[in-house]
Amino acid sequence: MSTAGYYSQYGGAFIPEILVATIQELERAFADAQADPAFWPEFRQLMASYSGRPTPVTFAGNLTQHFGGAQIYIKREDLNHTGAHKANNVMGQGLLVQRMGKKRVIAETGAGQHGVATATMAAKFGLDCTIYMGAVDVARQRPNVFWMERLGATVVPVTDGSQTLKDAINEAMRDWVTNMDDTHYVLGTACGPHPFPAIVSYFQSIIGTEARQQLHDITGRLPDRVYACVGGGSNAMGMFSGFLDDAGVELIGVEAGGEGVDTGRHAARLASTDASLGVAQGYKTYFLQDEDGQMRETHSVAAGLDYVGVSPILAHHKDQGRVRFEATTDDEVIEALRLTMQKEGLIPALESAHAFAQAFKEAPTLSPDQIILINQSGRGDKDIFTVADAFNDDPAWQAFIQNKAEQYRA
Amino acid sequence: MLENIIRQKRENNDILLMTHIVLGYPSFDDSLRIVEAMVEAGVDLMELQIPFSEPIADGPVILRANQEALLRGSTVQQCFETAQAITSRFDIPFLFMSYYNLLYKRGLQRFTADMAEAGLSGAIVPDLPPEESGDYLDAMNRHNLAPVFIFAPNSSDKRLRTIAQHSGGLVYCVARKGVTGSDTNFSEDLDGYLKRCRAATNLPLAVGFGVKDAKDVDYLRGRADIAVIGSETIRVIDRDGTAGVGPFIRSLRGTVSA
Repeated sequence: MSTAGYYSQYGGAFIPEILVATIQELERAFADAQADPAFWPEFRQLMASYSGRPTPVTFAGNLTQHFGGAQIYIKREDLNHTGAHKANNVMGQGLLVQRMGKKRVIAETGAGQHGVATATMAAKFGLDCTIYMGAVDVARQRPNVFWMERLGATVVPVTDGSQTLKDAINEAMRDWVTNMDDTHYVLGTACGPHPFPAIVSYFQSIIGTEARQQLHDITGRLPDRVYACVGGGSNAMGMFSGFLDDAGVELIGVEAGGEGVDTGRHAARLASTDASLGVAQGYKTYFLQDEDGQMRETHSVAAGLDYVGVSPILAHHKDQGRVRFEATTDDEVIEALRLTMQKEGLIPALESAHAFAQAFKEAPTLSPDQIILINQSGRGDKDIFTVADAFNDDPAWQAFIQNKAEQYRA
Repeated sequence: MLENIIRQKRENNDILLMTHIVLGYPSFDDSLRIVEAMVEAGVDLMELQIPFSEPIADGPVILRANQEALLRGSTVQQCFETAQAITSRFDIPFLFMSYYNLLYKRGLQRFTADMAEAGLSGAIVPDLPPEESGDYLDAMNRHNLAPVFIFAPNSSDKRLRTIAQHSGGLVYCVARKGVTGSDTNFSEDLDGYLKRCRAATNLPLAVGFGVKDAKDVDYLRGRADIAVIGSETIRVIDRDGTAGVGPFIRSLRGTVSA
C-alpha cells in the first residue's frame, strides 16, 4: 500500500478511480519540474516580471510604537498582481499546465481572489478557463466575478449544498472527472488530494524564502514570531516554509473565530475543539462536521477563511507542536484592520487582518528587542464592498451605493 | 457470499439488474416502498446510498437527492435502521453505497459490524481507492462483507488487476468519464474497455454510469453480468412517483409489462 502524500496521519488521495491516472500524471509533471534546475528560476523570473516579486518587507514603525512591544514587520503579499499571494500558486501551476500540454484550466474560488488570479493566468497563457464559485459567494463578491468574466473566464455559480467554497470545489472536481484529458484543475489552496497540498506549498514557499532573507538583511536576525491567517492554509504554508527549520522562530496560524469559537459560528478547525478528523474533498484532515460526518456550515467575516477543512500539512505541524493555532473574532479583525489603516496606511484584506489581530494581542507582551513578522496575504482595498459592509459605519458610502443603484435603474 | 448469489442468479438470466436509490429520498417510507416495487419488478441487487453532504462522484440528479434527504434530517443511524427493515423483508442482496467519511466517522469496526447486523452484503465507496483501503478491507473481511471496488476506462491493465484483487463480490465498471447521470454511448466503442475488464478478473462485472433503458441493458448482455441503473431510477421516481418504478424496471430487460 502506498503512503504517498501523508503528513503524519493527514493528507492522502481519496479520489474516484477515474481520476487516478490524471493525478499520477500531475504527480509526474510536478516531480519533473522540481527536478529540473531551470524550473524554479523560470518561476521566479515569471513572478518578477509579471507580479512584481520580490514583494517587500515593511517595518511598521507606528504600530510598533503604538503597542510598545516587539518590532512589527509586514511581508507585503498584497503587492502581487491581482492583490494577493494567490498569484504565486496560480502562475506556478500555469507553468505545470504548459509542461503537461493541457489547453483548459478550471478552478474553485471562495472570495474570488483565486478565481481572478486563475483567470489572469489563463489569459496570459492562452488557456480556456472556467471558474466555479458558490452562488452565495457570487452574490457577495460580484466585483471579482466582473473581473473574471472580463479576463475571459466563464464563471459558473454553484447552487448546491451551502453554495460556498466547499461546494465550488466539489463542482470543479465533477468537471475535472469529465474533462481531465485536456483540463487541469488549479486547486487554490494547500488542501485536496495529494499532490495538491505539496504543489501549492511549493509555489507559495517563495513567500517565506524571500521573507527570511529580507528580514535578515534588514535586522541582521530572524524573527521571534511569524503570523499568517489560515483558510485552506496556502499563505501560511508559504510563509512558514521559510522558517520551519529555524527552531527559534515560533509560527502562529490564525483561523477565523467568526462570532466566537464557543458560538458554533466560526471556521476554526485547529484552534477550536469543534472539528474532528475526517475524509472529504479528497484528503484526510480536521473538518467542521457533525457526528455523522456531514459537513457543517462555517462562518467568517472573511470569505477566504470560510472553509470546513484545513491543510493536512498544517494539521501535521500542529501535532508536531511546530505551529501554534489561534482564532480571532470578526470584531477583533475589523478593529485590527482599522488600526492598521490609521497607523500605517496599509489596507490588509479581511483574511490577512486575522493575522494582524492575533499579532496585536501578542506584540505588547514582547520586548522591544524582539521581532514579529506578519504575512499581509492580500489587499483589502479591492474588496471595498465587503470591507464597507464589515465596518458598517459609513452612511455616505451607503448613500453612494443607493444613488448608483438608482442610476442603473434609470 | 455475494459472488455466489450473483452466479446463481446469472444461471437463470443473461443480464442482472442492479438499481440505486438514496435512502431517505424522498422519505424513508418512500425508500421502503420503492425497494418493494423494484424487487417485485425483478431487480436482482440494489445499492442503498447513504446521503452525504459532499458527493463528488455524483451528478446533478443523485446530488440533489442527497441534499434533499439531508435537508429532511436523514441520519446515518436511520439509514441503518431502514436498511435493516429492507433486508429483513426482501430476499435479494443489498449493498451500501456512500462516501468514505461516513464510514470513517462512525468507525470502520462499528460501521461494518452494523452493516452485518443490518443484513447488508457489501459496500461501494467511490472515493476510497485501493491504496487507502487497508483498514476498510480488514473490517469488511472480518464481517464477510463484499468490498466492491471500481474500474475506470482509463485504468491501466495492471491497475485493473490490482483493483480486482482488492474487490469482493463483484467489480463495478464505470462506463465513462464524468459523474453519474449523464448519457453514455453504449456501443462498440465500449467493447475494448469491457474486454479489458473481463480479462482482469473472474469476478462478476457490473456496468454503470448512464444506463437508462432497455437498449443500454441489451448492449451489456454477453459483455457484463449486471447492468446498474442509478440516476435514471431516481428520475423516474421524481417524474412518476413510486408507481412508475415497476413499469420502468420491467421495461429494462425487454420483458413486456402491462
